[in-house]
Amino acid sequence: MALSRVAVRKVGKRFGPYRALAGVDVELAAGEVCALLGPNGAGKSTLLGILSTLVRPSSGEIAYVEGDRPRALDDRLRREIGLLAHASLCYGELTAVENLVFFARLYGVTDPQGRAHALLDEVGLDARARERAARTYSRGMLQRLALARALVAGPSLLLLDEPFTGLDRGGALALGQRLGQARAEGAIVLVVTHDLEAIAAVTDHVVVLRRGQLAHVEKRRGFGYDELRDLYHRHAD
Amino acid sequence: MVTQGHATGFLRTASAVAAKDLRVELRSREVVYTMTFFAAVIVVVFSFAFVKDQKALVEAVPGVAWAAVIFAGTIGLGRAFDREREGDTMRALLLTPAPRLAVFAGKTVAITALVVAVEVVALPLCLLFFNVDLGAAVLHLALVLVLGAIGFAVVGTVFAAMLLRVRSRDVLLPVVLYPILVPMIMAGTKATGALLAGAGGEAWFWTQFLAAYDAVFVIVALWTFEALVIE
Ligand SMILES: Nc1ncnc2c1ncn2[C@@H]1O[C@H](COP(=O)(O)OP(=O)(O)O)[C@@H](O)[C@H]1O
Ligand SMILES: [Mg+2]
Repeated sequence: MALSRVAVRKVGKRFGPYRALAGVDVELAAGEVCALLGPNGAGKSTLLGILSTLVRPSSGEIAYVEGDRPRALDDRLRREIGLLAHASLCYGELTAVENLVFFARLYGVTDPQGRAHALLDEVGLDARARERAARTYSRGMLQRLALARALVAGPSLLLLDEPFTGLDRGGALALGQRLGQARAEGAIVLVVTHDLEAIAAVTDHVVVLRRGQLAHVEKRRGFGYDELRDLYHRHAD
Repeated sequence: MVTQGHATGFLRTASAVAAKDLRVELRSREVVYTMTFFAAVIVVVFSFAFVKDQKALVEAVPGVAWAAVIFAGTIGLGRAFDREREGDTMRALLLTPAPRLAVFAGKTVAITALVVAVEVVALPLCLLFFNVDLGAAVLHLALVLVLGAIGFAVVGTVFAAMLLRVRSRDVLLPVVLYPILVPMIMAGTKATGALLAGAGGEAWFWTQFLAAYDAVFVIVALWTFEALVIE
């Protein structure tokens, strides 16, 4: 069922003549949080799009591995992948509960109602807000809903693109803890972020991209904020 | 997390997507009001434009009715897909393990429902302003219009999905859609005209033609959707 490893092999992506990614190799393992860092335009979101299966790489490939068997790129694989993107991926006209119930149905989750409320408890969207149309939400509330949507089917590959955007301090702390929990549950977590302080404690693996190429890779259990900041300045700037 | 294998089945997905689209529409009523108002304006304006011996020209009814349905339908079709762009929710739909064909079938059902809603208003208005009494044949006309709504929604969804990533899709959609719809519009107006003239046999021929047209495009849709939407 769950993915144990995802290997990005020599992945490149061109948009016309522009090279957004070139020769990227990354190994993602279960029970690890990988921080994907790099300046704007480095290709981070493009790599997440490719990992989500919706963007096809121009060269190279991604191997999704379960146990030691590779998985085909099919509908069943998509069940294992949760994505939080720049856009909310939710309907503004629907409430938080309606959004989550709808997506829970498409993922074939049992008891969509119960799942929706459990997730909203988890991401801390209060009871009154969850019955209001999502277009009335603040940036941070929408971000909490987007996180709940990404988690709806209990993905074993969690892809988060700047998830701390708009979150208040409490929200950022809770998200950091949630990432730790996903790691403990054996998920593969990839987080794109500029909030090094929030991510440092749970990071096991740092990948720095610069102009579409790998600038640095480092694996270690836990990074300090200062370490992460120095590492970023050395390799990304 | 507990997930059920069968739960992402075709019907479940299609009905969830259709129900979602209709719920979103019922919240704002924005599209159905625009469509209906537009169709009503076409009917009323043409009832004053096509006049002979100071009476609205009955021969214009087929053309007017179908123009109203197709133009109003195009508005609904555009909006149904624009809405999936706002929160990038089309991407969210394609990310789910649900069969893509079922996702688009759900959208087709929702668009059909919107077009039928427009017809429910436009048809009586048309009969009223052009002073037509169809008697029992009105049921046959309703069937013809529903077949038209289905055909429009199926073909429309195929092309709207194809143009998903094209920037000038608003302009392109009618340009590619209307030529493909020509056989349907022709059959629809012929059937409507035959019913007005009391030629039941001819009307049935064109009704069957419409049903066949719908069936052909359902099959074309089956082929195209899975391949269409991956970047
Ligand atoms: N669909 C696209 N068409 C053309 N260029 C794109 C597209 N998507 C991304 N790019 C370009 O690829 C580069 C990397 O983008 P992105 O992955 O979004 O960067 P990041 O998320 O690291 O800020 C940018 O220069 C961006 O303009
Ligand atoms: Mg980005």
